[in-house]
Amino acid sequence: MGVLAYVAKRFGLYLAVLFIGLTITFMLPRLMPINPVDGYIGQIQSRANGTLTPEAIAEMRVNLETLYGLKGDIFTQYLSYLKRVVIDFDFGPSFTYYPTEVSTMIVTALPWTLGLLLTATVIAWLLGNMVGLVAGYFHKKKAASVLEFVGILLYPIPYYILAVTVLLLLAYIFPIFPLSPTFPVGEMTWPKVGMIIYNSLLPAITLVLAGFGWNILSMKALAVATTEEPYVTYARLKGASNWTRMTRYVFRNALLPQVTALALSLGMIFNGALLTEIIFSYPGIGLIMRTAATGGDYNVLYGAITLSILAVATAGLVIDLIYPLLDPRIRSK
Amino acid sequence: MSTDINNTDPVALVVAPPVAGKPGRKKGGLLWLLNARLAIGLVILLVMGLGSFILPMFAPADPSVQATYMRNLPMSGVHWLGTNALGQDIFWFLVFAIKNSLMLGILVAVGVTIVATIVGLSAGYIGGMFERIVMLFVDTFITIPLLPILIILGALIRGNTSFFTVGLIIIIFGWAWDARTVRAMALSLREREFINMARFSGANTVDILAKEIFPYVSAYILVGFINTVLFAINTEATLAVIGLSKVEVPTLGSIIFWALSYNALFTGQYPWIVAPIVATVTLFLGLFLTSTGFNQAFASKRGVS
Repeated sequence: MGVLAYVAKRFGLYLAVLFIGLTITFMLPRLMPINPVDGYIGQIQSRANGTLTPEAIAEMRVNLETLYGLKGDIFTQYLSYLKRVVIDFDFGPSFTYYPTEVSTMIVTALPWTLGLLLTATVIAWLLGNMVGLVAGYFHKKKAASVLEFVGILLYPIPYYILAVTVLLLLAYIFPIFPLSPTFPVGEMTWPKVGMIIYNSLLPAITLVLAGFGWNILSMKALAVATTEEPYVTYARLKGASNWTRMTRYVFRNALLPQVTALALSLGMIFNGALLTEIIFSYPGIGLIMRTAATGGDYNVLYGAITLSILAVATAGLVIDLIYPLLDPRIRSK
Repeated sequence: MSTDINNTDPVALVVAPPVAGKPGRKKGGLLWLLNARLAIGLVILLVMGLGSFILPMFAPADPSVQATYMRNLPMSGVHWLGTNALGQDIFWFLVFAIKNSLMLGILVAVGVTIVATIVGLSAGYIGGMFERIVMLFVDTFITIPLLPILIILGALIRGNTSFFTVGLIIIIFGWAWDARTVRAMALSLREREFINMARFSGANTVDILAKEIFPYVSAYILVGFINTVLFAINTEATLAVIGLSKVEVPTLGSIIFWALSYNALFTGQYPWIVAPIVATVTLFLGLFLTSTGFNQAFASKRGVS
């Protein structure tokens, strides 16, 4: 199996994940006992104080069903849903912010989420792996167990607890950061960029802390196992320095499972990012979803979830495609 | 036995270190199980578990009922942690919250463990096309971010949900990780000698799965069970914090939801927000230490034998 076969297999999985994901997204609302269209009509009717005639309601129902792709039998709906989502990237208009297109709202929010998420994940991954490597390589020393202790303390703490604690500590008890951060939109100027970075630090710290613990523990476990390998002993007998053995022999090999693990845990990292955005009122996809969920704005919700699946699956694909560059064994197999 | 290093399941990785047991140690009954982590973890769990299940019997009033007491009372002998802006006793709300969260966690973990064990064992042992299709679904369920789906479900069934439904939904979307771990175990076992032995002796697939493989993986399943309790409590609490679970039911998440929505931070009601944070961190640490402690113990037992 060469690189080509590996890439083809991975790409097939990617398509399958997208397909199943989109199908679940399509089926979810249809399996629910609640019909969004009824909800909208109810809302509109209560705003009009019940003055709508039955004909007007029937007409509105037809319009809404066309708008939300609820016409025809379930199979026709499914096909037109796939066509709209995959080919046109069109999720219809937002209900709350009518007639703003959902895709416009998502495209506006996406850079915010990606910026925060990528920065925090890279920092957490690098820091966690470095600390974990040191803790694992020197696992017989007392000082190393202190490093692992940090991981044990951080790892089981849920995101929302970390977020609230960070807020409590760094914005309330030690008011270094603003309690309710503001994120200016519109034209970017340098002072604005500075303000955005300053205000994004709290959510970023939360995300880094959350990813940090897991990386330490996992890397430590891998490094301990790798350090026991015969080739590391051979390197020691050969006279390779501690540093060379730790970086070239242990790290290179322990790195590979960590890369795969990163690809697999992207979904969870993404969950954390959404939650962090909601708690810190950070204007990304998470906040949009939260607002849409309270307002019953289903088009926005489906747009956001479709994009989430797409983003997480694509990021996983990219990481897995980089993998052969790191692991020569796949190339030569 | 060293765990397969290519098995990239975080749970398996975190619990992976096969700390080879000191061969000289004497085994006495269940004492081999005990190590520092497990002891601390179990003590935390016992205290919190027993406390939250026994104490509610002595509760002076149902803490989820609003306006039982005066609002915003400070800490005192009567109200240990004061009362909140809704006129509820914070201490009793917290006790009920821990109880409900633990119950939900255990319920979900039972469901997830059953599904994951069946799926994982059968995929790993039967193999072939069946395994490939099952693993496709497992990988998809792992890849799809859970929170957006839960947010949509929360929005759709808002208000009409019961606490039990929330648990069911978490089971439906939470079994994949564990199934992956169990399958990895089954894969490594499939080619072992004692399995062949059983097969040559005429045991059928179900027999082999139930009598040969299951006892071997049960230790991992126990560790996975505890991790799932963690995951379930965390997921429900996450939904509750953003107001999409049944927030009237006291849980570790809903208490923070109410504290945040009544701006406990601004009004300086520290106990309302700090108490659930401390309780959650302690509980999660207890669960995590128990799970890694068990794993260490099992690893060292395997090392001895």
